[in-house]
Amino acid sequence: MTSVSSGDTAWVLASTALVMLMTPGLALFYGGLVRRKNVLSVMMYCLGAYAVVSLVWVLLGFSLVFGRDLHGFIGSLGYAGLRGLGIGTVWHGTRIPALAFVGFQSVFAAIATAIIASAIAEKGRVDSWLLFSALWVLLVYSVIGHWLWGGGWASRLGAIDFAGGMVVHIASGFSALALALVAGKRRGVNSVEPVPHNLPLVLTGTGLLWFGWLGFNAGSALAANGLAANALLVTNIAASAGGLAWALAAWLNHGRPGSVAFASGAVAGLVAITPAAGYVGPLAAMLIGAVAGMWSYYWVSYRIRHGLDEVLDAWAVHGMSGVWGSIATAIFADPSVNSVKGLIYGNVHLFLAQLAATAASIAWAFAASYALAWLVAKTLGWRIPEQAEYIGLDLSELGEEAYETLPS
Amino acid sequence: MSKLVIAFIRSEKLEAVKKALEAIGVPGMTVLEVHGRGEEKGIELTYRGKRIHIDLIPRIQLEVIVDDDSLVDRVINAIAGAAYTGNPGDGRIIVLGIEKSLRIREYGAKLSAEKHA
Repeated sequence: MTSVSSGDTAWVLASTALVMLMTPGLALFYGGLVRRKNVLSVMMYCLGAYAVVSLVWVLLGFSLVFGRDLHGFIGSLGYAGLRGLGIGTVWHGTRIPALAFVGFQSVFAAIATAIIASAIAEKGRVDSWLLFSALWVLLVYSVIGHWLWGGGWASRLGAIDFAGGMVVHIASGFSALALALVAGKRRGVNSVEPVPHNLPLVLTGTGLLWFGWLGFNAGSALAANGLAANALLVTNIAASAGGLAWALAAWLNHGRPGSVAFASGAVAGLVAITPAAGYVGPLAAMLIGAVAGMWSYYWVSYRIRHGLDEVLDAWAVHGMSGVWGSIATAIFADPSVNSVKGLIYGNVHLFLAQLAATAASIAWAFAASYALAWLVAKTLGWRIPEQAEYIGLDLSELGEEAYETLPS
Repeated sequence: MSKLVIAFIRSEKLEAVKKALEAIGVPGMTVLEVHGRGEEKGIELTYRGKRIHIDLIPRIQLEVIVDDDSLVDRVINAIAGAAYTGNPGDGRIIVLGIEKSLRIREYGAKLSAEKHA
């Protein structure tokens, strides 16, 4: 029986608080990108999903990911309601309390869910979204989480995902694509591009995401050690490279770099380094981040060209850079960081295992989310009356306005 | 005589109205974000078993100065055609006579020429 390390525990608790701040950060990022009449509803999608998942996670989600393995597919319900996890329990394979691990994983599941709100921004019912959030975390996130982190088939095959390239970003990104296809296009918008009302909110949100992401990736070491330090450093590098790369791509294509371009690129870089943060060094991180910035820029343009109203680009940024990061992990894994060899060190097996896990994550996230979104569409429904959409979701869904001061 | 055309329109119709005015050669305009209501006293929406009342609705107020009187009807037609939906709340167009209308650039140039003369 290993004992608890106070240093490891302190770092994981602090990281949990850092990751928590990512959800309000995402709320600001998304909130600034929509029109002023919808900012509150979009922010509440994020915060509401956070609260729903925090509860569902303790009741069932944690157990589905980390419970005893059932056929490599999902965890058992042995930990449902956190049964058997007391304040004295040390989480296996670590020197932190099991409850610290539960809390850390809880804020991961919450931000992953909140990311999907991109798909229904400016159009989706709040109650339908909260129902979807609860179902999604149990039937999509928990399944893929178990495959990679709970001892499921993908991890046994040898696939690796340090902090959630597949579990968090591919899962949320491709689920957003499925949800957008089910929910349909916004009415009264001339194109599928978002119409930002407050870019300083977007940039503030980006800063908070970046800040929290240091805990997201470095906390995933589950220890206060050199691996955590490496993860923190490469995370910061990839974010910087991604922001500059996307801004450069926008500069070359439109003659101006743009603040949203920089912000989106930083997030793409952060996404791409997430699966790799515990396996690659600083120089590979620059490349991973820079490619992510260009790559997701391409997919945002692709989405707009094809008229897909996945409003805030969770698919193009989180989904597609999640794919790139997961594959890049298998290419650049450096044995001097974490004794895992990537393709450039001659390890073909990891590369193939990673391709299989990535493809399976995409397929499960898209298909299961499509089915869940369809189910919600057929029961509660996703859309509000056209007139209510014109007035804005803040007034019609919440009965509030963000900035208006006139008495009504 | 110059006329001032003021139109209260749905916010989402601004782009269409702009294009329609451009098409008849009237690109200049001033746009204000306003709140207002008509005879229906706002909007009563019923959905999901609940009624919500929105008293003052965000709208766009568009002001166009028309220097050539013969253009006024075409401006009215362009705005009304582009802003029409057939539902209550499509808005209103009013036309006011302008007592005086001058461009600051031209008038200012005249002033400064006189000063230096």
